Amino acid sequence: MSEGEGQASLTVASRLSGYLRGGGVIAPLLTALIAFFVGGLVIAVTGANPFSTYKAIFDGSGLNWLFPWISHDDRTTAALNLQQTLITMTPLLLAGLAVAYAFRAGLFNIGGQGQYFAGLYIGVWVGSSLHGLPGFLHIVLALVLGTLAGAVWGGIAGFLKATTGANEVISTIMLNYVALWVGVWAFGLGGPLHSDHDPNVPISNPVVKNARLPVFWGDPELQGLHVGIFLAGVAMIVFWVLLNRSVAGYEARAVGFNPDAAEYGGIHAGRTYTKVMLVCGAFAGLAGVIDILGWQFAVATNDIQNAGVVGAGFIGIAVALLGRNTMVGVFFSALLFGALINGTSVRNLDPAVFPPELATNLTLIIQGLIVLLVSAPVIVTALYKLRPRRTRPNEDAPA
Amino acid sequence: MSTAVTARRLDPTSVERPVLAGWGGIVLALLGLWLTLPPVLVRTPLPSLVLAAVAAGLGVWVVREGQRRLGWGAVVVAVLCAVGAVAATRSGQGNLERVIVWSALAAAMLRFATPLVFAALGGVISERSGVVNIGLEGMMLVGAFFGIYGTDLTGTWIGGLLIGMIAGGLLGLLHAVFAVSLRADQIVSGFAINFIALGLTGYIFLHHYGDQGTPEGLPQVPDISLPIDWIPFFGPALDRLNLLVWVALILVFLVWLFVFRTPAGLRLRSVGENPRAAATVGISVYRTRYLAVIASGMLAAMGGAFLSIGFVHSFSQNMTAGRGFIALAVVIVGKWRPVAALAAALMFGFSQALAQRLPVFSESSATLLQALPYVVTLIAVAGLVGRSTPPAADGVPYSKE
Repeated sequence: MSEGEGQASLTVASRLSGYLRGGGVIAPLLTALIAFFVGGLVIAVTGANPFSTYKAIFDGSGLNWLFPWISHDDRTTAALNLQQTLITMTPLLLAGLAVAYAFRAGLFNIGGQGQYFAGLYIGVWVGSSLHGLPGFLHIVLALVLGTLAGAVWGGIAGFLKATTGANEVISTIMLNYVALWVGVWAFGLGGPLHSDHDPNVPISNPVVKNARLPVFWGDPELQGLHVGIFLAGVAMIVFWVLLNRSVAGYEARAVGFNPDAAEYGGIHAGRTYTKVMLVCGAFAGLAGVIDILGWQFAVATNDIQNAGVVGAGFIGIAVALLGRNTMVGVFFSALLFGALINGTSVRNLDPAVFPPELATNLTLIIQGLIVLLVSAPVIVTALYKLRPRRTRPNEDAPA
Repeated sequence: MSTAVTARRLDPTSVERPVLAGWGGIVLALLGLWLTLPPVLVRTPLPSLVLAAVAAGLGVWVVREGQRRLGWGAVVVAVLCAVGAVAATRSGQGNLERVIVWSALAAAMLRFATPLVFAALGGVISERSGVVNIGLEGMMLVGAFFGIYGTDLTGTWIGGLLIGMIAGGLLGLLHAVFAVSLRADQIVSGFAINFIALGLTGYIFLHHYGDQGTPEGLPQVPDISLPIDWIPFFGPALDRLNLLVWVALILVFLVWLFVFRTPAGLRLRSVGENPRAAATVGISVYRTRYLAVIASGMLAAMGGAFLSIGFVHSFSQNMTAGRGFIALAVVIVGKWRPVAALAAALMFGFSQALAQRLPVFSESSATLLQALPYVVTLIAVAGLVGRSTPPAADGVPYSKE
């Protein structure tokens, strides 16, 4: 892969994915450790004990369920917490795939959140109407339509890039905000999809009982783990097959390596951008439907506005970057972030140890640090103990 | 020499006729819409529809002549104006007169545009040096928080503004360390800056103020009263604007002067266009880029501080709500030039001002109109981006070797 200094068409994202693709798990692990270390410093500055705080976050995530030595009561609590962590992890995993697939084609998809919203809205609309449809059919219909909605929302950005050259970074961010306000309007008071039962609460109709995803671990009344995580698993395999064993994936990677060379080889770069963004949107849209059919069941405009800041679509960026845009990497980093978010949630973190609302912001700082550290190939390659690649020949020539 | 240039620009035969026709069509369509609004208030849409039809026809002709972007632009504007005119003639005269108060709209436009102007000027300086700054959003946010926090600490808004700017500059320094020295991917590191800013401001805000929010009655950046309210339109629009609105307008001129009329500005641009050539003649690429990114952080922070201590008088988490990203679009639409960026910022400011005043018609649809600035940004970036060329080395890390 040759890297040209003046080549504007070789996007930063494609250059980055080149650095990130190499093997090894050392660099992401060290990156995460450094970020957690700095996070610990922030905790210490506030006057709390970093070790007991992290211990409390770990327990809150339920990952101690995996330890064989904990007591029976602890295990019951841990199981509940772990179910929550896996529920949180599912959309992060899908949103991570949505970002990772774009990265492999040299696109930076910041629009995961908007695509997630599209799936969420269509999911709740389909899921709360069509009463009397058999449950299985209802679920499949909502999943398919929600996924398509996400795909369309992502596809807009790809199409605009292909036809007008609009930078996908700007257009996906703008589409996020458009999706956010459309939702606040549609489910808000007086909006077209506002609840029929709660005239004074800005919330949607609830998804009917039949159309909810079945719970296979834990109590459905206590928000047990729903089958959405298996759908995410299927999506992971789709991601891998599509990328590594299909023509579309080959074209996407070729464009990611070098759009000009790909064009020369007969690949239509513009069409590839549109296709890639359709796929990305589908992953993120699926995340939205799974959330709504799995545990949210209704959309409140408050949640939409909060998700606009710290929603799964945004965290998917950190997930993809830390997971180095690979299937396995995205899985483990989604688990890490799912555990972190759930462990710092108001419900799971012991307020006596550390205030949960501060911890939520701590999660943001840790995420930011991880992304920041991953952004610099120099650091990544130094961690790998690899020599940085030589830049192009005429740069090496004495000026 | 300069008169010759002006004369040539004004000579209509030197401008391509389709270009003239396209812009003429846009002006005609806007004229049609204007007729139906106060103060003229033609109560039938017919003249506007005729004008819009002519504009659309011109647009189609322009498309056939090969100016596709401009032609389609004229058609879109014609359709929007026709819809607007029909909507205006159908709504009550009283409502229209309450919403469309041109002087109040102009004042609100300036107010909404001000944070964008500050951040966009920062973006112009940073990108002219060859560093893409997606972190503008985060730098605005720290400016907003530390602006009000500093005001609380020092008891004066000047102290708050300075502390906010220092915080923005420090975040700029962090971005520069990664983008310049470590040759990071600037979009990704800039994005990380936003996460960090969001977490950091939220953390300190909650740790320090808790659920109470920022205290009321803190000193604010004063409004400037001008004795000009007897001038029609300009009087009521300009007589009570915030000091920082004027500072923003003056800074547009100063940044233009700096970038295009000083030796330092020439060096800045040369680093952004061809860093190797600049280095060859003895300009320090790293130093220039560091200074540019730090300055950009300070400018963006001023925009954020305007929000918290000049406009809203409080801080809430994530209060910038994507304004930094809009500012980034303003930079692109403004083709990396301060004055054109001001024009673009005013356009976004106007769409926000309009969205703010429309609830008169329908409370619920007004919520939907909150999306207007973002849609406008999307259309502007898609419609104009092909015609704007970034600095050649924008976004490309530079390595000394």
